[in-house]
Amino acid sequence: MDNKVYTAKDYKSDQYVRWCPGCGDHAVVTTLQKAMAELGIPPHQVAVISGIGCSSRLPYYMNTYGFHTIHGRAAAIATGAKTANPDLTVWQVSGDGDCLAIGGNHFIHALRRNVNLNILLLNNKIYGLTKGQYSPTSDRGAVTKSSPYGTVEDPFVPAELTFGARGHFFARSIDVDLEVAKECMVAAGRHKGAAVVEILQNCVIFNDKIHSYVADREFRADRTIHLRHGEKMIFGKEGNKGLVLDGFNLRAVTIGENGVTIDDILTHDATTPDNFLHQRLAMMDGHELPLAVGVIRAVEAPTYDREVEAQVESIRAKNPQKTLRDVLLAGETWEVK
Amino acid sequence: MSEQTQVKELEKVVVRFSGDSGDGMQLAGNLFSNISAAIGNEISTFPDYPAEIRAPQGTLGGVSGFQVHIGKGVYTPGDKADVLVAMNPAALKTNIKYVKPTGIVIFDTDSFQKSDLEKAAFTTDDPFKELGIAQQLVPVAISSLVKDSLADSGLDNKAVLRCKNMFALGLICWLFDRPLDQAEHLLHNKFAKKPSVLEANIKVMTDGYNYGNNIHASVSTYRIETANVKKGTYTDITGNKATAMGLIAASEKSGRPLFLGSYPITPASDILHELAKRKDLGVKVVQAEDEIAGVCTAIGASFAGNLAATSTSGPGLALKSEAIGLAIMAELPLVVIDVQRGGPSTGLPTKSEQTDLLQALYGRNGESPAVVLAASTPTNCFDMAFEAARIALEHMTPVILLTDAFIANGSSAWRIPEMSEYPEIKPNYVKPEMLTEGWKPYKRDAETNVRYWAIPGTEGFMHRLGGLEKDNVTSAISTDPANHQRMTNLRQAKIDYIANCIPALDVQGDPDADLLVVGWGGTYGHLYSAVCELNAEGKKVALAHFNYINPLPANTAEVLKRYKKVVVCEQNNGQFATQLCSKIPGLVVSRYNRVEGQPFMVSDLKEHFIKLMEE
Repeated sequence: MDNKVYTAKDYKSDQYVRWCPGCGDHAVVTTLQKAMAELGIPPHQVAVISGIGCSSRLPYYMNTYGFHTIHGRAAAIATGAKTANPDLTVWQVSGDGDCLAIGGNHFIHALRRNVNLNILLLNNKIYGLTKGQYSPTSDRGAVTKSSPYGTVEDPFVPAELTFGARGHFFARSIDVDLEVAKECMVAAGRHKGAAVVEILQNCVIFNDKIHSYVADREFRADRTIHLRHGEKMIFGKEGNKGLVLDGFNLRAVTIGENGVTIDDILTHDATTPDNFLHQRLAMMDGHELPLAVGVIRAVEAPTYDREVEAQVESIRAKNPQKTLRDVLLAGETWEVK
Repeated sequence: MSEQTQVKELEKVVVRFSGDSGDGMQLAGNLFSNISAAIGNEISTFPDYPAEIRAPQGTLGGVSGFQVHIGKGVYTPGDKADVLVAMNPAALKTNIKYVKPTGIVIFDTDSFQKSDLEKAAFTTDDPFKELGIAQQLVPVAISSLVKDSLADSGLDNKAVLRCKNMFALGLICWLFDRPLDQAEHLLHNKFAKKPSVLEANIKVMTDGYNYGNNIHASVSTYRIETANVKKGTYTDITGNKATAMGLIAASEKSGRPLFLGSYPITPASDILHELAKRKDLGVKVVQAEDEIAGVCTAIGASFAGNLAATSTSGPGLALKSEAIGLAIMAELPLVVIDVQRGGPSTGLPTKSEQTDLLQALYGRNGESPAVVLAASTPTNCFDMAFEAARIALEHMTPVILLTDAFIANGSSAWRIPEMSEYPEIKPNYVKPEMLTEGWKPYKRDAETNVRYWAIPGTEGFMHRLGGLEKDNVTSAISTDPANHQRMTNLRQAKIDYIANCIPALDVQGDPDADLLVVGWGGTYGHLYSAVCELNAEGKKVALAHFNYINPLPANTAEVLKRYKKVVVCEQNNGQFATQLCSKIPGLVVSRYNRVEGQPFMVSDLKEHFIKLMEE
């Protein structure tokens, strides 16, 4: 790798950005450009691959190799690209419909295989590009164009699905909190394996303020908790609330009340292979317990792309000169003279 | 038995081994064809196996067959058998219809007990009468003879009976005067790690041979003509294996690593298996989560610079349609192999048809031209897979290669080629100097219309591809009506140009023919045999067989219009005939269509052609 220092501008293409004014995607693309600059991978060694939907337009705005593919298939296409060339840094950009409805199968299998992809899941709980139908993350009862009387189905929680598919990395951020978003993206970029970054993102047109309960500046400190590996699980405007484990459940406590001290507060360990606590943390939704943002889980495990490469290389190493003709001649043959 | 064995000279002969799917008939058939090939016969084989993996023993649903045609001028596994080996009544019942009236039937008397007959749904205790069998019967107590043969082997009863197929093989080798040493050599390779099994198999095979010799079973023995084949090293290869090897050859000739994304499906899975073995040649294989992921991982690998392929059968091709459209739009190389089977829907998974042609040509949304090729024989699968990869890489387009269950599972002897017999494959890469010349992702070669390939990782050539319509030069998203028309025309022109890069259509048979037989793909052997036999009988018939379907060879119209009568023969309801008539104004053809899931019969074809000529 060269020693060139990259800036966000190096990752920005010359294309005019066509998202609606006020859309959360604008923040995502600029944050991604900053995160890539921080990671310092040369733009020609990066491929950004997306499916279909508003968020999947993102590759056009990146000055990297990019592929805007078909609905739901980004994870499969990214898996092929990464397996073919593990040296390529591959980012996948999907929305909640693209990734979890039509692309759900590819999403879970990319996680199960642990392909070294950085998957940005832009979750606005709605179909935007098709103009306002409910998505697999829309809350039960959501009234949309295709559910005029409210939905009668439960949504996926992306983190829960990630863990169910044996995912090794999950981080969450909110489009209005650029610092956490960048932190999650950089961590995903550095993680070896399939890394899911869910970004709670606002759709001003079809689902405005859907995340405002946790995203509004006024409440954010009390309704979210920023998890950092190795640090105490502290939150709140005053920085005096924390999480403790009570049996199998998490509970919010106030430091200094009822004899609670900082030592009682849980310390976040993102790297423990057991996902029990990660799951508990990821299921917090901002109501009784604060919504967790930051890197919730980051566990190292063998990656599919490198394992495929290693298997090929170790077998090939036994006879690097072997050709197709050698293989054919080694089978059952006979001579005609 | 004292009568002297009669020795008959034959040009070719067809043997059909049949038994329970656990009886090892495929192995016996395979060994017999390899032995025959090694002593200079041409061979063509066809396994006929049930979709069920292990149907109940002795039942009609569990019968597995293997037909092998040996001799000189062998182009098909043969219409009907000269010799049938039936290991049980179920095998007899399902296979007797494939035996010539003059044929002989060798059967295992030990497996024709009352309970065996009941399992095979016979209603009387005389199965031969019940089936109205007029062929010569050769009863042999195979099971008991095998038990005697291996009495001292120390093997248990189950292992002993598993050697029955070798007794049948030995007997057939005697009948056709095949030396056993080649068979022994092959068995040594197969059972290298199981010496006791090896020894038992060889002993039983030898005893089967000697049994025939000693009793002089009251049938004739045969001497089969050997063919004058080209010098070289030969192997017996199935169409699916040849397809896999053809892709590897193209990888060697292009320098692009080979990637296969595939989901298991009958009858295409052997391509996946063969390529999964070839890590020693650097092949990467992803067994995907579904058919769509199979093609999509391949498209991703192609984007990343590999020679990428996906293998499937008809139902899988349907699932891949949208993604193939993406590869057309993004102008990426991609090889899609469709091993056709009976349809629609799940259809007849283990049987053969040519019913996916129009799906391959037109089964996508939008104006989405792709190259369509078809392989005609098991060994031709190698050449056509190579061609599919060559065209995909050099013309930046998906290529759909149609094979079928018949040639994919069938095998024939193949001279292992020198790689120098195949051309270098030269993709249209970007060149560094283009950066200073104002390179744009959709700039293309003025003559071929092929865009330049910039592989991710190449400095300076970052660009974005996608399924949305693009400006014909810059590749920026474009909804401009004139640009869409231009791009639609460009995509078509790019495919049409390929007619200049493929061989002309060849005509075989009588040059002054009154009737031109037209076929494509896996029916070649049958059509060619019919035409050769008619020519030998003085009939003026010729054959034009297509490997290149889209685009058609440049001389197609000229060739087809040269003949008074043209008959298009296909295992569908006339898909290629429809295609030809739509491409060649004024062309009049008659059609011969069979959709039975079984190969054509040469005798039926001849009869039909004679009738057409007399009209």
